Amino acid sequence: MSNATPTAVSSARAGWLLVQRDLRLGLRRPGEWLQPLVFFLVVTTLFPLATDPQMSRLRDIAPGALWVAALLSSLLALELLFREDGQDGSLEQLAVSGLPLSWLLLAKTCVHWLMTGLPLVLAAPLVATALGAPYAAIPGILAALLLGSVALSLIGAVGAGLTLGLRRGGVLLALLVLPLAVPVLIFGARATALAIALEPMAAPMYLLGAIVVLSATLAPLAAAAAVRISLE
Amino acid sequence: MNLLSAHDLHLWRGDLHVLRGLSFGLGAGRCLQVTGVNGAGKSTLLRALAGLLPLESGAVSWRGLDTRKDTFAFHSELAWLSHGTALKGDLSAPENLRFSAGLRRVFSEADIDTALSRVGFPHNDGRLARQMSAGQQRRVALARVLLLDCALWLLDEPTSNLDTRGQNMFGEILDAHLERGGLAIIATHQALAVRADRLQGLELT
Repeated sequence: MSNATPTAVSSARAGWLLVQRDLRLGLRRPGEWLQPLVFFLVVTTLFPLATDPQMSRLRDIAPGALWVAALLSSLLALELLFREDGQDGSLEQLAVSGLPLSWLLLAKTCVHWLMTGLPLVLAAPLVATALGAPYAAIPGILAALLLGSVALSLIGAVGAGLTLGLRRGGVLLALLVLPLAVPVLIFGARATALAIALEPMAAPMYLLGAIVVLSATLAPLAAAAAVRISLE
Repeated sequence: MNLLSAHDLHLWRGDLHVLRGLSFGLGAGRCLQVTGVNGAGKSTLLRALAGLLPLESGAVSWRGLDTRKDTFAFHSELAWLSHGTALKGDLSAPENLRFSAGLRRVFSEADIDTALSRVGFPHNDGRLARQMSAGQQRRVALARVLLLDCALWLLDEPTSNLDTRGQNMFGEILDAHLERGGLAIIATHQALAVRADRLQGLELT
C-alpha cells in the first residue's frame, strides 16, 4: 500500500483490457475457436450427403440445416466460456475487483463471440452456397446469422455461468440453453428462408434484433448472478 | 481503532456449522493469522470476508461501513489470493500482471518489473506461466498482490509451494505492507516472519 492513492481503472478500460487478454489467449490457442467452426462445416456438409442432393431439396432444408448447425456449434464453444477462469481463480479475482462483474462478463462474452460466433458468420456464405442458396440471398443470411450468433453467445453465457462448477456440465448446459435459444432458431431460420426465397425479411430480423437487445441488457446481469452462485 | 471488524459471523456449509459466532477486529498495521485443522473453515472464513460466500448472519464492516452495503468500495481496497493463482498458462508473467492487476490499477512496465523483482522472480523471464514451477507461479501471484497496492490483503496459504527463500521473501513484503499501515488476514500453518506486536492469532476448531 503506497502512500499515494493508487489510480483506479475505469470500467471501460478494464473491459477493454479483458477483451485484449482473451483475444491474445484465443490467438495462442487456435484449436479452441477452430473446433466449433470445423464442427459447423462438417455438420452442414453432412446434410447433402444424408438427403436427396437435388438443389431444390437442399435449398428447402438450408435454413434449418444452417441454424441447427450454428446452434450446436455455439453450444460446443460455450463450455469454454468461463470454465478456465473458474478453475484457475480468475473469476474470483474479477468478482472482488471492485468493478461490475456483469460488465466484465459481457466483455468476455464479446470475445467469445468474436472467436467462435463470427467465424460461423464468415463461413456462412460458403455453406449457404453449397446448400443451394442463391448469391443474392447471402447478405440476408449473413445479417440473420450475425444477429442470431450474438444472441446465442449472450444467452449461452447465463448457462455457462450456472454450470461453471459442475463436472460434465455440458449436458446440463445444453438442457438450459436450448429452450432459451428456440426463439433465435425460429426467427433466424425464418429470416434465412425468406432471404433464400428473395422475399422481404424485415419482420424476423426485427424480432432477432429485439432478442439481441434484450439479451445484451439482461444476460450479463443473469450471468454475473450465476457466476457468483457458482463461486460460492 | 479497527478498520476491519467481523461481528458474530455464522455460516453453514451443508449440514456443517463452519463459522459459529466468530468476532474479531483488526486495526491498521496488523496481521491476523488464521490457523486450524484441515476443514476447520479457514478458507471459508476468508471467502466470507471477501464477499464470495454469503453469511447466514453477522456482519463484516470495513472503515465502519457494512461491506455488503458498499461492496465496490470495499473490494477496491482488497487484494485477494486464494489457492488458485489466477494466472493464464499461455501468458508470460508480465502479461499476466498487465492483464489482471491492470484491470484495477494504472501502473507502468517499470512497476511490473519492480513487483516481480520484489518477489524474487527473474528479470526478463519470458516463459509462459504453464512453463513455470508452482512456486514461481505463486511468486507471480504475490507480485499481483503488490501491484494492486490495496490496504487489505486476504491471502489463503500464500506461501504454499514456496521454498525457504520464498517464505522469507513473503515475510519481508508482508512486514513492509504492515509497516505502511496495511492490514492482512492470512490463512496459513507456517510461522509468519512479522513482528510479534503486529500479529494476532485466530484458531478455528
